[in-house]
Amino acid sequence: MSESQEYKYIGQRTIRPDGFDKVTGRADFGADLSLPGMIWGKILRSPHAHARIKNIDTSKAEAHPDVMAVVTHQDFPAVSAGGFAVGEGQVDFKDLSRNVLADDKVLYHGHAIAAIAAKSEAAAEAALSLIEIDFDVLMPVLDIAEAMKPDSPLLHDDLFTQGLAEQPEKASNIASRMELKKGDVDAGFAAADVVVERDFSTPTVHQGYIEPHATTVRYDEDGQSMVWCSTQGHFDVRAIISTLLSMDLSKLKVVASEIGGGFGAKTTVYLEPVALMLSKKSGRPVKMAMTRDEVFRASGPGSATRSRVKIGATKDGTITAMQAQLNYAAGAFKGSPMGPGCMTAFTPYDVENMYVEGYDVVVNKPKAAAYRAPGAPQAEFAAEMAVNELADKLGIDPIEFRLQNAAKEGTQTIYGPQLKVVGLVECLEAAKNSPQYKQALAENQGRGLAAGFWFNIGGQSSVVINMKPDGTGTIVEGSPDIGGSRASMQMMAAETLGIDTSRLTPVVADTEHIAYSATTGGSRTTFATGMAVIEAAEDVVRQLKERAAAVWNVTVEQIDWADGVATNVASGDKLSVADICETADKTGGQVSGRANINARGAGPSFAVHLCDVEVDKETGKTGVVRYTAIQDAGKAIHPSYVEGQYQGGAVQGIGWALNEEYVYSEDGVMENAGFLDYRIPLSSDLPMIETVIVEVPNSFHPFGVRGVGETGIIPPLAAVATAVSDAIGVRMGDLPCSPPKVLKAIQDAS
Amino acid sequence: MAKVIFSSELQLLTGEDSVSIAATNYRDLVAELLLRYKKLSEGEILKMAVAIDGEVIPDPLLEPVPSNGEVHFLYRISGG
Repeated sequence: MSESQEYKYIGQRTIRPDGFDKVTGRADFGADLSLPGMIWGKILRSPHAHARIKNIDTSKAEAHPDVMAVVTHQDFPAVSAGGFAVGEGQVDFKDLSRNVLADDKVLYHGHAIAAIAAKSEAAAEAALSLIEIDFDVLMPVLDIAEAMKPDSPLLHDDLFTQGLAEQPEKASNIASRMELKKGDVDAGFAAADVVVERDFSTPTVHQGYIEPHATTVRYDEDGQSMVWCSTQGHFDVRAIISTLLSMDLSKLKVVASEIGGGFGAKTTVYLEPVALMLSKKSGRPVKMAMTRDEVFRASGPGSATRSRVKIGATKDGTITAMQAQLNYAAGAFKGSPMGPGCMTAFTPYDVENMYVEGYDVVVNKPKAAAYRAPGAPQAEFAAEMAVNELADKLGIDPIEFRLQNAAKEGTQTIYGPQLKVVGLVECLEAAKNSPQYKQALAENQGRGLAAGFWFNIGGQSSVVINMKPDGTGTIVEGSPDIGGSRASMQMMAAETLGIDTSRLTPVVADTEHIAYSATTGGSRTTFATGMAVIEAAEDVVRQLKERAAAVWNVTVEQIDWADGVATNVASGDKLSVADICETADKTGGQVSGRANINARGAGPSFAVHLCDVEVDKETGKTGVVRYTAIQDAGKAIHPSYVEGQYQGGAVQGIGWALNEEYVYSEDGVMENAGFLDYRIPLSSDLPMIETVIVEVPNSFHPFGVRGVGETGIIPPLAAVATAVSDAIGVRMGDLPCSPPKVLKAIQDAS
Repeated sequence: MAKVIFSSELQLLTGEDSVSIAATNYRDLVAELLLRYKKLSEGEILKMAVAIDGEVIPDPLLEPVPSNGEVHFLYRISGG
């Protein structure tokens, strides 16, 4: 790793390679592919949040002249329970199979029950009403606390709590329990002079991606079937579908379209296996696309949480103990991001005594999906709110309080290993020195600050770089580009090869044209796929040097490589990449570099955000007046993209803190399934998000990269809620800080 | 001897939070753990991530384990 190294391409703000297609409408997204003979699929969804399916009669629909296929859960082969690591963690195939089409129970309003393929979209939609279903309606359970009670209605008769010392004999809505500990929290609290203990809650929220789920498929009973879809991981889509439909991997090709936002939610499947089954039964290609209403009601949102946090410190500002109980709503099936929530809650702090207990709880809502740093925003919201309150009680500046207790190299984490070199202290210092922190607040304004931590991950990535006779190259990768990674791949390859970025074309290949690459998620792509790009480019350089040596009839040790030019150190003769590639046919054929890696050494990232708000005390409406996002990138390959990630994470977090929530009726029907009533922040709502890129290099990456995509959504929840609390003089522990809630808090306090 | 620290899930199966194991690589370390703890299955171990001396390694089958190394089993992180 070369901290002080000067780079030619890394760190520049190059033009994005996919930009022209996107702004001109040429880019092909999930719903843009049509095939000859294609028909349309539509899903019949549950009108009840919790009901037993007594009978499904599809005969009238099947008899309709425009209907070409009808499928239910019974058309799919039985799959056994078994884990698959994707998105927020382990996915259970049996649960996934029952989520894409309900088996004997519907578990949330909007749960898919049956699907129809017909000659037109309108015909498919109309024919749904011909399917007759006999339900036995059951009491829904929506709230985590209610679901955890021993006498709560059960979603699954066969769900027994995992993670207990004794195997329970009674089924429960609590799917699992997790416990992490370090030191002795009782002793820690006994040593504290001041203790804060408080309850917190966060609502069910949606990732808010603009492009709904969409797919076009073609089943081929003799050859290879094809799935085109909007996904963060087409190799994992292939693995999931092949299991759900009991197909050989080799019989399925999955193509990742351009993606209009994912944020973790497009790491699983909803329509794809259903569409392929409809195609199998009809013998025709099938297209399916969710409406926005379906996206809200039936795709996976971020988990709601209820938490209790207790933190103690001595008068001089030393935190002596941190304790939390974190309860996560998994939705209809087990598997919330409770695990990473427990692991991240207190990681920004170097404290001797910690204890965290987590519960994964099923409720009658859509199965939760990953959402940008899954689990961490909710957990760290609760922890950071308590830290801010404690700093306030101690009369210590919140930055100084954090600096006094900050995690750093060598800090023993609660989840296991000691931290390597990390940049939290640098982020806190940057916050202290920021213009915003030095600016005085006006009347009715408040300020909040919070820190955030996310692990970042590595994993498998495959890359091939094919050089062309004119000395240009194609970077073939298997990582869908959800945040600008094609630009960073281009830049890392250019830096390694020594040729201009404009001479390299990055391409995301389908599952047949590149070896397995893990799903784009966990802030892994620029780190892990980037390492594969560098290794493939080094392979190209090695071969180009060999070819140059062959041209000059010298040994490869006599070849120097710099700025894309081979130099014969004895004669001083030079050959450019283009020169070598032009004559590659005479020196052994064309040149391709290759790398297949399972990347390790991911560098954790810390962030610190500052938020200033102004509250209208007559209406409870909060406006963000200034916001600064500070984060350690390790090394920013493309600073504009890194800033964009910081800004995007901040804006999503601000929405989570201020307005976003699923609103349910008592019988479990979502009442705000559209962007008019589910209010995400608009550009007109917010000031420009100011950014500070801190660079504390990750020594395990050749250019020092840490992931940057997820950490930025963690601090806003507590930064915003603390700022609102500061403005109104009442602590806001329940998100969102929406106008009715803020107004009520003001009125209750007065 | 490498020091192995178990996650809370694995502690339910091992009955202790840590153990010292003489193994030079991860494969031998897992074999030794399976011999010592009858409730522990290979599946339970393989679904965990592993950190060896602080470096998180997603799939460490072929990893060497330093003689005084520290091996942590952790919840496997994916992300969004």
